[in-house]
Amino acid sequence: MSHRLQAGGRLIDRSKPVRFAFNGKTFQGFQGDTLASALLGVDQMLMGRSFKYHRPRGVVASGAEEPNALMGLGRDHSYEPNARATTTELFDGLEAETQNHWPSLEFDIGAINAKLSRFLPAGFYYKMFLWPRSFWKHVYEPFIRESAGLGRPPKRRDRDTYEHFNVTTDVLVVGGGIAGLTAAMTAGEAGAEVLLVEQNAHWGGRAPVDGAEIDGMPAEDWIAQIVAALQAMPNVRMRNRCMGAGVYDHGYTLLSERLSDHAPDAPGPRQRLWKVRAGQIVTATGAIERPLSFAGNDLPGVMLASAVRDYVVNFGVAPGAKTVVVTNNDDAYRTALTLKAAGLEVPAVLDAREQATGPLAEAARAAGIRVITGRGVAGVTGKGRVQVVEACRQQSDGGAVEAIEADCLAMSGGWSPVVHLWSHAGGKLTWDEADAHFRPDPDRAPKGASGDNFVRSAGTASGFLTTNDTLFNANSAGRAAAMSLGHKARNLAPEAAGEKRQPTAQIWLMPEHAPYAKRAISWLDFQNDVKVSDVELAAREGYESVEHTKRYTTLGMATDQGKLSNINGLAVLSKELSVPIPEVGTTTFRPPYTPVRMGAIAGEAKGVLFQPIRKTPMHDWHEANGAQFEPVGGWRRPYAFPKPGESVEDAVAREVNATRGNVGLLDASTLGKLIVKGPDAGRFLDMLYTNMMSTLKPGKCRYGLMCSENGFLIDDGVVARLDDDTWLCHTTSGGADSIHAAMEEWLQTEWWDWKVYVANVTEQFAQIGVVGPKAREVLDAVGASFDLSKDGLPFMGWSDGTLGGLPVRAFRISFSGELSYEIAVPASHGQALWDKLLEAGEAHGITPYGTEALHIMRAEKGFIMIGDETDGTVIPQDLGLDWAISKKKDDYLGKRAQMRTHMTDPLRWKLVGLETLDGSVLPDGSYAVADGDTPNGQRKTQGRVTSSYHSPTLGRGIAMGLVERGPDRIGEVLNFPALDGSPVEARIVTPVFIDPDGEKQNV
Amino acid sequence: MSDPLIRIEDASPMGMVTLRAELNDGKAASALAFSGLEIPAPHQVTGTPEKGVLWMSPDELMIMTLPDASDAMVATLNEAFEGTHSLAVNVSDARSAFRLKGRDALVREVLAKLTPADMRPASLPVGRLRRTRLAQVPAAFWFTGDGEAMLICFRSVGGYVFDLLSKVAEEGTEVGYF
Repeated sequence: MSHRLQAGGRLIDRSKPVRFAFNGKTFQGFQGDTLASALLGVDQMLMGRSFKYHRPRGVVASGAEEPNALMGLGRDHSYEPNARATTTELFDGLEAETQNHWPSLEFDIGAINAKLSRFLPAGFYYKMFLWPRSFWKHVYEPFIRESAGLGRPPKRRDRDTYEHFNVTTDVLVVGGGIAGLTAAMTAGEAGAEVLLVEQNAHWGGRAPVDGAEIDGMPAEDWIAQIVAALQAMPNVRMRNRCMGAGVYDHGYTLLSERLSDHAPDAPGPRQRLWKVRAGQIVTATGAIERPLSFAGNDLPGVMLASAVRDYVVNFGVAPGAKTVVVTNNDDAYRTALTLKAAGLEVPAVLDAREQATGPLAEAARAAGIRVITGRGVAGVTGKGRVQVVEACRQQSDGGAVEAIEADCLAMSGGWSPVVHLWSHAGGKLTWDEADAHFRPDPDRAPKGASGDNFVRSAGTASGFLTTNDTLFNANSAGRAAAMSLGHKARNLAPEAAGEKRQPTAQIWLMPEHAPYAKRAISWLDFQNDVKVSDVELAAREGYESVEHTKRYTTLGMATDQGKLSNINGLAVLSKELSVPIPEVGTTTFRPPYTPVRMGAIAGEAKGVLFQPIRKTPMHDWHEANGAQFEPVGGWRRPYAFPKPGESVEDAVAREVNATRGNVGLLDASTLGKLIVKGPDAGRFLDMLYTNMMSTLKPGKCRYGLMCSENGFLIDDGVVARLDDDTWLCHTTSGGADSIHAAMEEWLQTEWWDWKVYVANVTEQFAQIGVVGPKAREVLDAVGASFDLSKDGLPFMGWSDGTLGGLPVRAFRISFSGELSYEIAVPASHGQALWDKLLEAGEAHGITPYGTEALHIMRAEKGFIMIGDETDGTVIPQDLGLDWAISKKKDDYLGKRAQMRTHMTDPLRWKLVGLETLDGSVLPDGSYAVADGDTPNGQRKTQGRVTSSYHSPTLGRGIAMGLVERGPDRIGEVLNFPALDGSPVEARIVTPVFIDPDGEKQNV
Repeated sequence: MSDPLIRIEDASPMGMVTLRAELNDGKAASALAFSGLEIPAPHQVTGTPEKGVLWMSPDELMIMTLPDASDAMVATLNEAFEGTHSLAVNVSDARSAFRLKGRDALVREVLAKLTPADMRPASLPVGRLRRTRLAQVPAAFWFTGDGEAMLICFRSVGGYVFDLLSKVAEEGTEVGYF
C-alpha cells in the first residue's frame, strides 16, 4: 500500500498539517504536498477513470505530464475541471473530486465500456456511427456526449480575477532546474536582463531527487546558493509557479503564473498571463520519462520510476511497500536505490537489456537488490491495483513467467526532452538513436528577423542526460543568448563528476513478441485509452502519417497532449509501418504546454471591462431617460426612448409622429467627422467621392458617396466646405475610423505627393439633430447668433456662430425630409446644448428620438442606409444614385470597376419601394421568388427586402428592396413567401413614400 | 479597493491642438518658438502638459495648452503658417486625460498590465511618448517625472479607461517586477 514514511520529504513541512476533502471525505496531508502526494500518503492510489473505457486509473507521474489523476477542484464559483493532482499544491480546505465516473469512483457503470473494448477499436467514431444516418443524431451522439469527456465545464461564473502583464526583456529562461539556473546566471553575469521562470513552486528541478553533485556540493546546497546569487542580481528576475505556455514569432512568449491557486482566499488575481517579448529564449524545460508498453501497464500502482522516487524524496511518501522496477536504461536504478535507502522493499529490478553494467546497476547490486537482466514484464495483475508482477524474458512472447509479489511497479522507458517550447515557433528535432529520443536540432532552431536563432535549448531539454553535460550545455545556451544580444559572456560552466552510462535499449513493446491479447491491454495513452493494438490497427488500415494516426486513434489528444504517449505511439507506428522512427516523425507541438485557464486568457476583460463601449457626451442623459440602446460602430446609440409602461414599438411611433408633427431631437454625435485640408484636398476628395466635391462652395454642403476600388458603395455622408482649402467630411458612425485610415493610406502610399492633411475630429464634437416643422422656432428660442431664415441658412448650407451662447456650427441638412438642422458643438458642451434645446423645445413638444425613428423616417423618404441597402456587393447605380455620380470626372475610386460588364448588366437588382397589398410589414431580408428552380434545385429569386418598417406616418408597412430591373417594373406585384411558405404579396413602387418633391424641408 | 497601487486622477480638460505640417524645414520650429514651444525629437515630448508638444508622427504634433487657450493656439498657428500647407485643429474635447501618480515602478506595472509597450525605465524614460493601446483601445502616455505619467485616450472611452486603470491598480495586485 502507498503510505507516508516516518521521515523524509524535502518539500513538506510535517509541523504544518493540512486538511482537504477528496470525494467528500476529509483527509490530512502536509504543507508542501501536492494533492497527489497527499492522496498517496493516505493510501488513495485510485485517482480517476479513463476517458473511453472508464478504467480505474492511479497516478502515474509526479508533474505536468500526469494523464490520469485529473480532478475537479473547488465548487460553484471556483470550480475547476481537469486539474492535475500532481501539480495541485495542497491547501487547507481544498476540495477535490474525481471525474468521469458514475455512480462512484470505486464502482463505475461506464466501465462496462471496457468489456466492449472489442467494439471500440481505433477509429470507432468513424466506423460505428455512419449508419443508419438518423442514428447519429438521436442515438450515438447523445450517448457519446454523455459518456465522453473528463471534467465537466463549470456551470457558474468564475469568482476569481485574472490579469495580463506585458514584459520586454533580453533573455527569457523557461525552466528553473539546474540548467535554467545555470543559463540565467551565465546570461545575467554577462549583463543581459534576464527573466527566469519555473512552473513549480520550488527551484532546482529534479537534481536533488536524482542525487546530483555540483561544484562539489550536494545539488540542494548548490541550488540554494545559485538561487540566492541570482536573487541578488538586479538584472535578473525570477518567478516560480510560472509556466512557459507558448513561444511565438519574434520572441513573443506566453507565461501562465499561478498566484493564488494554492491560497484561494489571498487578495489579488488568481492567475496572471505574462506576455513576454524576449530578445532570446532559453528553453531549459527538462525531460519527461516514458512509460513502457506491457500488458496491464495501466493498473493503479504502475508508475514512472522517476515519479516513485519523487514521492519518496520530495514528499516522504512511498507509493508502495514492495516495488519492482522495470527499465531499459540506467536511470531507473536510482529509484531502486532510493527506495532501498528509505527502507522499502525492492524485490527485483527487471532490466530489459541483456546486461546491466552501468555504475548505477552495480550500486544496486551492491545494495543487495536483485537485478535480473534480459527481463521484461509479461503482465501485471491485481484487484484494482498492483499485486503481482509477472516477469518474463524480454525476447519472448511472455509465456514463461516468474510471479513477483509487489504493490508498486516503477517503470522507465527512457527520457524524452521537453521540446514543446522549442518546437512552437518552428524549431526542428533530430532523432537521437543512442538515447532513443527526439531532441532539439541546434542547427535548425527558430530564427528571428535577423536570421539569428532566438530559441536555444539548455540541459536535459537539449537531450543531455548527465549532470555535467547538462550544466555545460546550459552555460553554452546562456552564453549564446547573451552574446547574440551583444554581451560578453563567460565560458565557465558549473561542474559535476563525469558519469558513465550504459546505452538505453529501444524497447517499444514488452515482451518483444507479445501476442495480440497482451498488446490489446498494453496502454500507450492512458488518458485516451489508446493501446498498442489500436496504433497497429491504424497502420494496417493505411494510416501512415503520424498526424492522421493521432486523430484516428485519439493518441496524444486531450489535456496532456501525449506528453507520455507520443514517442511510444509513434515508435509502434514506425515498427508496424517498417519505417524508421525519424521518418515517422512527431505530431505538431502546439501551445499551450499545459492548459491555461480561460479566465487568464480573458484577463481583465470581463464584466464592465469585457468590451469598451463608446459613449457620446449625452450618453448619461440617455441612460437616465430610459433609452434602449443598440450597438453601432463600437458606440451604444439610443434605439428609442420608451416612457415608463410604453412598449418600444409605441415609443418609436410616438417619436416619428412627434418629429414629423412638431420637432424631434437626435444625438448624431457618433457620425464620423474628418477634416481634409490642403491645396490638393479638392482633387483628393474628387477621387474619393463619386461626385464632385472640388466645386462645392464654402458655406455649402453636398451629399457624397464613397466606393471601394471594386466599385462597391462603402460609405456616404454630407461634405461641407469650410474654406478654400478645407472640407469637413461626415462619414457613417461605423465608418469614421476605416474611412480615416483609408484616406491616410491613399495619401501615404498612392498619392504621397499630394498636399493634403486629414484629421479625425469625430470625438471633438457632439452633434445634435433638431428635426421637424418647429425646428427653427426651437433654435430661435434658444437664441442663435446667425440667421436661421430660409434664405439666411438655406437647405444644404452651414453657418458658424453661437447658439444659446455656445459655439456651434449648424448644418441645414436633412435625413428625414423635415426642416432639419444638425448642430455641432464642442463635446464638452454637448450636454449643455442638449439641455437648452430640450428646455426651449418643451413648448413645441420636442421629443428625443432614437435610431429606429431615424431609420423609419429616412426610409419613408427613400434614403438609403449603408449596411441596409448596401452589403458590399451593391454599387451606387443599383440604388438609383446615378445623380450622385459625376460624369465629368476622369476618375474616382470605383469608376473603372463600375464599367465592368457585370456592373452594367441591365438585369442587376435595383432599388425600389415595396408596399404589401395588405399593409403588413414585409419580413426584413425576405426574397421575392421567381418561376422555376436553379441548377441547385433551389427556387429562383428576383429580389430581396433590404429595409422594412411599419410607417407611423402612413399607417402601413413600407419597405425598400433590390429587385431585378426593379425601376422598370413599377406597379408589378411580387411574392415574398414568409418562412412558412405562405405568400406575402407586395407591389413595386417608387422608394420615396412621402413628400416626393421635398416641400417639407424646403421651408 | 482601499489602497490602490497608484493614484489615478482625471486630468481633463487639457487644451490640445493637432498640428500637421512639414516639421523639418525650420518654419514649424519658428512658428512654435513664437509661442514658446519646441518641436520634440521623434517619439519625444517637450514642455509640460499645460504648455508643451507631443511628437505624434513625422508630420504631426499635438500641442498642449491650458484648457481655454487652444482656440487661440489654433489662430496663432494658422497665422504663423499662412500660405504654407498645414492643418491646425482644436481637439481638446476629443480626448480624456489622466494623471497617474505613485511609486515609479508601480505606475509602470499598472500600465504594463494593459499595454504591450516596453515599460522599462530605460525604454520609456521621462519625456518619451508612447502611442500604443491600453487593453482594447488606443491610448498614449508619457512620464512627466519619477512616478508621474500622463495618459490620453479618446473621450468616448474615457470611462472604460478609468475603469481599466482602477481595476488593474487594485490593492493586492502588485507584480513586483520593475
